[in-house]
Amino acid sequence: MKILLAYSLSGFASYLHRLLSGFIPDAFWLMVTEMVITGVCLLVFLILLAFFLGYMERKVAAFMEIRFGPNRVGPKGTLQIVADTVKLLFKEGLTPDLSDKFLFNLAPGIIVISAMLAVAPIAFAKGFQIWDINIGVLYISSVSSIAVIGILMAGWSSSNKYSIIGAMRAGAQIVSYELSVGLSLISIVVLSGSLSLNDIVESQANGWWILKGHIPVLISFVIFVVASTAEINRAPFDLVEADQELTGGFNTEYGGMKFAMFLMSEYINLFVVSAVAATLFLGGWMPFHIGNFTAFNHIMDYIPSSIWFFGKTLFIIFIIMQFRWTFPRLRIDQLLNLEWKYLLPISMINVLLVTLMAIMGWHF
Amino acid sequence: MNSSTVIFYILAALILGGGIMAVTARKIFRSAIYLLFSLIGIAALYFWMNIEFIAAVQIVVYVGGIVVLIIFSIFLTHDSGGEMPEPNLTRALFAAFATCFACALTILYISKQAFIATQNVTIEPNVKNIGRQMLSTTDHGFMLPFEVVSMLLLAALVGSIVIALKTKPSPSNLPEGDALEAEKK
Repeated sequence: MKILLAYSLSGFASYLHRLLSGFIPDAFWLMVTEMVITGVCLLVFLILLAFFLGYMERKVAAFMEIRFGPNRVGPKGTLQIVADTVKLLFKEGLTPDLSDKFLFNLAPGIIVISAMLAVAPIAFAKGFQIWDINIGVLYISSVSSIAVIGILMAGWSSSNKYSIIGAMRAGAQIVSYELSVGLSLISIVVLSGSLSLNDIVESQANGWWILKGHIPVLISFVIFVVASTAEINRAPFDLVEADQELTGGFNTEYGGMKFAMFLMSEYINLFVVSAVAATLFLGGWMPFHIGNFTAFNHIMDYIPSSIWFFGKTLFIIFIIMQFRWTFPRLRIDQLLNLEWKYLLPISMINVLLVTLMAIMGWHF
Repeated sequence: MNSSTVIFYILAALILGGGIMAVTARKIFRSAIYLLFSLIGIAALYFWMNIEFIAAVQIVVYVGGIVVLIIFSIFLTHDSGGEMPEPNLTRALFAAFATCFACALTILYISKQAFIATQNVTIEPNVKNIGRQMLSTTDHGFMLPFEVVSMLLLAALVGSIVIALKTKPSPSNLPEGDALEAEKK
């Protein structure tokens, strides 16, 4: 277990805390300094993550279509996304004349902030978490619901009728798919008996919920992945931002770094959704344990918890990315039908099943 | 003045500033956004008081629900982009009077109220305790109001479904041309 802790960065975090408290005696300023350090680290991590996911998106696309993908800029095309960012940096930050300038410039900020707030309670490794809040699941789902307002704001302030219609479609899509996401999260909350992400991970020490919870949890996992793919506007539910469709407000009038902020928030959301799925259904940083096989469990413990977490998260990100090249895009009516006529009733009945299972103790 | 007080005043400024801007903004959509800031400020105040559950519910219900609903209805109404006309003087005057009197009344009552610490055992406001209180049938349980509220919600849901329900157009209450078309079908 000592090795495991060393890799999980919690030792480094407490070392930093001790070091700083030597320099700064006042508790308040110590807290402020640590908050600033955490914020900067988070920002750098998320920007690098967005770079990486942008590259991964292209490589997965190429892999699915049996082609090479980016391979000219840098070794194996790894610098392609840097080149793209530099290109976006040099573009003019245009604000349309007739737009509501204050809201037009505020909207990308709101979307990025709501995406970044949702990262706070995620446990990256054993004992390594920014904010151990006791209502983690509820907090993530509540904070990410602010993003709708950012999209609606972006669509409205562009003062472009297609943007407004696109924004309303995006809003309707996000608001309706939030229900299924919430219900599938509730099924795990019912089983583990807590809203805290740490407790949920701890409850999976003897097996992940997707293995322990039989078919109902499997159903809610599938519903979660489908509904959250729709919630973050990725293909096949990407009529918000697809080239052939009415665009979701921000693709029409935004350019330069403001557009890059929308892209970045999309990748952060992808990461948050996958991290939540990995934490709730696949055990988060918890290694793969089988019942009482102590020898096997012990070997698994030697793999650092952060590698478990990021491995699971990247696996789910890969699944969501390959959806884009697997399924045809839905029309707006098909999209709303899928949610209101299929996913929502199924997940409601599923929650009842899971509750019954939790009360009777049928899970392992 | 310690750090907690400073944070409280920042939050209070956010809430009050958002509220004032929401009332005085001339564009209806901007009012909705300022209202959003005010409501987020209230959620932050709950976080400041360490009652995370209520704070998250505040964000879910007011920010994710009500403000989105308001924005949707603004989008669907006619001419949402234009500036609203200036209110006429008498209306502004009387609104100012009403606000001042309400404010004065609240201040009066708050200054008269002696705040005494509760004698009851404080319950930690985590989800488990809230759930137990909500569903307990004992003396200080909230089972009855909880069920009454759920009945109210159910009634509201049924009502909204009835309003949104598509009824088949009967030929008698349609205008002339549409009635003919309906008969053809």
